[in-house]
Amino acid sequence: MTVTAPVSPEALASIDKAVVKYPADRKQSAVMAALTIVQDEKGFLSTETIEFVAGYLQMPPIAVWEVATFYGMYNLEKTGRYKITICTNLPCALRGAEAAAEHLQKKLEIGFNQTSADGRFTLKEGECMGACADAPVCLVNDKKMMSFMTPEKLDEFIDGLWNQ
Amino acid sequence: MITLEIDGKTIEVEKHRTVMDAANELGIHIPHFCYHRKLSIAANCRMCLVEVEKAPKPMPACATPVADGMKVWTHSEVAVNAQKGVMEFLLINHPLDCPICDQGGECQLQDLAVGYGGSSSRFHENKRVVAHKNLGPLVSAEEMSRCIHCTRCVRFGQEIAGIMELGMAGRGEHAQIMAFVGQTVDSELSGNMIDVCPVGALTSNPFRYSARTWELSRRSSIAPHDSLGSNLVVQVKQNRVMRVVPRDNEEVNECWLSDRDRFSYEGLNSSERLTTPMIKRDGRWLEVDWSAALEFVATELGRIHASLGPAAIGALATPQATCEELYLLQKLIRSLGSGNVDFRLRQLDFSADDGQNGAPWLGMKVTDLNTLDRILVIGSNLRKEQPLLAQRVRQAVRHHGAQLSVINPIGDDFLATVQNCMIIPPSRIADALAAVIKAAAQKTGDAIPEQVSGAEVTDEARQIADSILSGERSAILLGNFVEHSPEKSRIHALAQTLASMADSAVVMLGDGANSVGGYLSGALPTAEPSGRNAREMIEQPLKAYVLLHTEVELDTSLPRLATAAMHSAELVVAMSPFKHRALDYAQVLLPVAPFTETAGTFVNIEGRRQKFQGVVAPLGETRPAWKVLRVLGNLLHLDGFGFESINDVREELNTFAAEPADRLDNRLGESAVKTALDARADARGRATGSVEQLTVERIGEVPVYNVDGIVRRAQALQQTRDAQTDRVSMHRGLIEKLGLQSGDRVRICQHGGEAVLDFDRDDRLPPGCVRVASAIDTTSDLGPAFGEMTVERVAARNVVNA
Repeated sequence: MTVTAPVSPEALASIDKAVVKYPADRKQSAVMAALTIVQDEKGFLSTETIEFVAGYLQMPPIAVWEVATFYGMYNLEKTGRYKITICTNLPCALRGAEAAAEHLQKKLEIGFNQTSADGRFTLKEGECMGACADAPVCLVNDKKMMSFMTPEKLDEFIDGLWNQ
Repeated sequence: MITLEIDGKTIEVEKHRTVMDAANELGIHIPHFCYHRKLSIAANCRMCLVEVEKAPKPMPACATPVADGMKVWTHSEVAVNAQKGVMEFLLINHPLDCPICDQGGECQLQDLAVGYGGSSSRFHENKRVVAHKNLGPLVSAEEMSRCIHCTRCVRFGQEIAGIMELGMAGRGEHAQIMAFVGQTVDSELSGNMIDVCPVGALTSNPFRYSARTWELSRRSSIAPHDSLGSNLVVQVKQNRVMRVVPRDNEEVNECWLSDRDRFSYEGLNSSERLTTPMIKRDGRWLEVDWSAALEFVATELGRIHASLGPAAIGALATPQATCEELYLLQKLIRSLGSGNVDFRLRQLDFSADDGQNGAPWLGMKVTDLNTLDRILVIGSNLRKEQPLLAQRVRQAVRHHGAQLSVINPIGDDFLATVQNCMIIPPSRIADALAAVIKAAAQKTGDAIPEQVSGAEVTDEARQIADSILSGERSAILLGNFVEHSPEKSRIHALAQTLASMADSAVVMLGDGANSVGGYLSGALPTAEPSGRNAREMIEQPLKAYVLLHTEVELDTSLPRLATAAMHSAELVVAMSPFKHRALDYAQVLLPVAPFTETAGTFVNIEGRRQKFQGVVAPLGETRPAWKVLRVLGNLLHLDGFGFESINDVREELNTFAAEPADRLDNRLGESAVKTALDARADARGRATGSVEQLTVERIGEVPVYNVDGIVRRAQALQQTRDAQTDRVSMHRGLIEKLGLQSGDRVRICQHGGEAVLDFDRDDRLPPGCVRVASAIDTTSDLGPAFGEMTVERVAARNVVNA
């Protein structure tokens, strides 16, 4: 009985690529990269995948769990097709982020940390994304940054996604 | 050296030390939570903020390195303001539940809040609530809202226990201490997390809500389980042991305690305690008074002595008995003219008894273990046998770069980096060691000893030889798998040969609190008059046995035979704190005191003589065993039993065993080495036989929470994962060979006895070997811990209810 990896050979190859960037006895330095790669493939980080990453990098599972729970970009549960993270920190808030967040919640009919019934959207409250000049900002699927998200622009953006 | 000034006092300290270290040396107390002298620096609680000259803001004393000419104020306005500010923040989310908190009265947060906290809070918002966690039967995490995130428990796990079982998940206000999803804390040192927790977040599960700290009297004692002899503070309320915590002793247990030493006290309060002397009359047990019981014993012993001679009488004691008890026991037996007395009940191989130069011991100071640079462990589940010595080995590996090599029949994790590892059947250990010796001789150019010349040198043997030869301070540790092995003498002789080539120390780890003391007290059949050893007393049954703390079905190497020997004897006198299976085979039960109820002495593994007093009065009619033996001596009209106090016994014992240090010696004499090396074991473990019934080799370790009567009755410990020993473990290959399916069970037969157990898979075990614990009830009908036995499949019943 061999333990089958819960991820694809391609993902394993990418993890290996991340691992070799660090000294051989510092495998755990690649934990963030490994979690990102696994999440990209699986959509979220289940207990089993976290255990797998821990075993692969020879770390205690709880140490990987610490990392996975620390960063908002790691999803510990299944998300909707679009995960929208809106920044509510001070610079964004001063530029209307709270109104935008409220608008978004009304429009999608969900609160923060919830997923819409059709499984299309997940809404998250995020911390500063380092683009305060573009406030208010939101992040889509942890990869794509959206600037100046006034309620009007949000409408336009969401409607576009709905129609896809 | 660096000179600095703290609160106007000048001090010189070494470079790389911190302000906290310097203040501690000066005796200046800086308030702190996350700082712990044995753990790494985290500087996350900020409670130790102090004012430093020319620094723009207060600095954490625990993480600020000293600098020449530095001026520090720990109680200036700036410092105190900073400390008060930190305290206010710490209390924001801390529940105000001190009255119902188990830590109340011994809480660092409570103490410091008195000094630095406000009398009321300015925080009117809601406090956060953190869900409770289930960390297992020992450590309670029911009130995690109290946690102040110092991460001491996390660092303890990583650095001392060697396994990170707790971590801090989440971030900021959402941060919380937890174990990984669904896991518990299973380390054998986990109880120390309760001690290092500065608040009431992690508390002792067995102790919770049973007493307040200020109601407890604190009394010193010595741990009675492993041969380290950890120093204890036993906390007592109304003549009952409520809790055990460590007493700092840098040279022994530091500030730690193994879970076995910490939680075993529950066994003292067990319902199985024997509280009155009992005599069996016409097959029924009667409670009698002491004089009747002792008269009976004296008469019966006298009768057997007169009719069958002294050689028909023998005594079996456990290494948990004190020196005074063991000394008086052997004196009693010897005064009767018999030499049949032994405390090495689990030992099988006594062939080197005559060649042993002295009492086997650690071969060095306990603290020396930390500074070794090459360590070869042979046959030991070190973490479970000697949790705190294993911790020292771990520190040697971590901080001194020690290379750890292992020759073991099991693949259990040492939680330290293992350089070279040979996992082989128990019967192959001696051969493997011979191969290492041959490899070492080839490397050094020494003559290859004739007895090992036939050994087959493998790469692993060569690597282990290279490792041990390249060290400056090396040691070869012989664990309990060797101690209890039928080839003990041969392995010992081989280890000694290797040690002399590599200039190493041989370490005999021992298997009980007083395993060194037993030798020094003369409780051996080798002293004059000599007699039968433990194994002989079992294999060639005697007519009368005196058992001291001994439960023969669990404490001996041959439980099945031992039980039969007891049944065939005319007289069995069981001196024990507990009612146990002696009810079936004894004629008299005498309630004798466990270590908390008698004064005594344990000599630990480094030869340290540790005296202790009773901490509570004996339960019921219980009496200290030394007093019982003394009275027995008087009733039997033997000379030299006129002791008035334990000090009289100690005085005589001191003349008997003058300086323990002079009598400690692990070496076997030359001829004993030769005899041992020449001996070849005939049994070779390989899975043979038909498919239905395979002959395999047994690996019969004594599980960590089954070593003696007290710990076997400690409830919380018995619920831990380490205590779940009612099963056989085997390699995948063997499972396939036996055709075991899930739900099946396994029947084991050995020496005519059998046991049926669940199985599990452990691919780290050598093929052809089966791990079945000894010293547990289910296997008490089997033969020796090491040797051959047969296994067969017991198919799960496929009965389907119609």
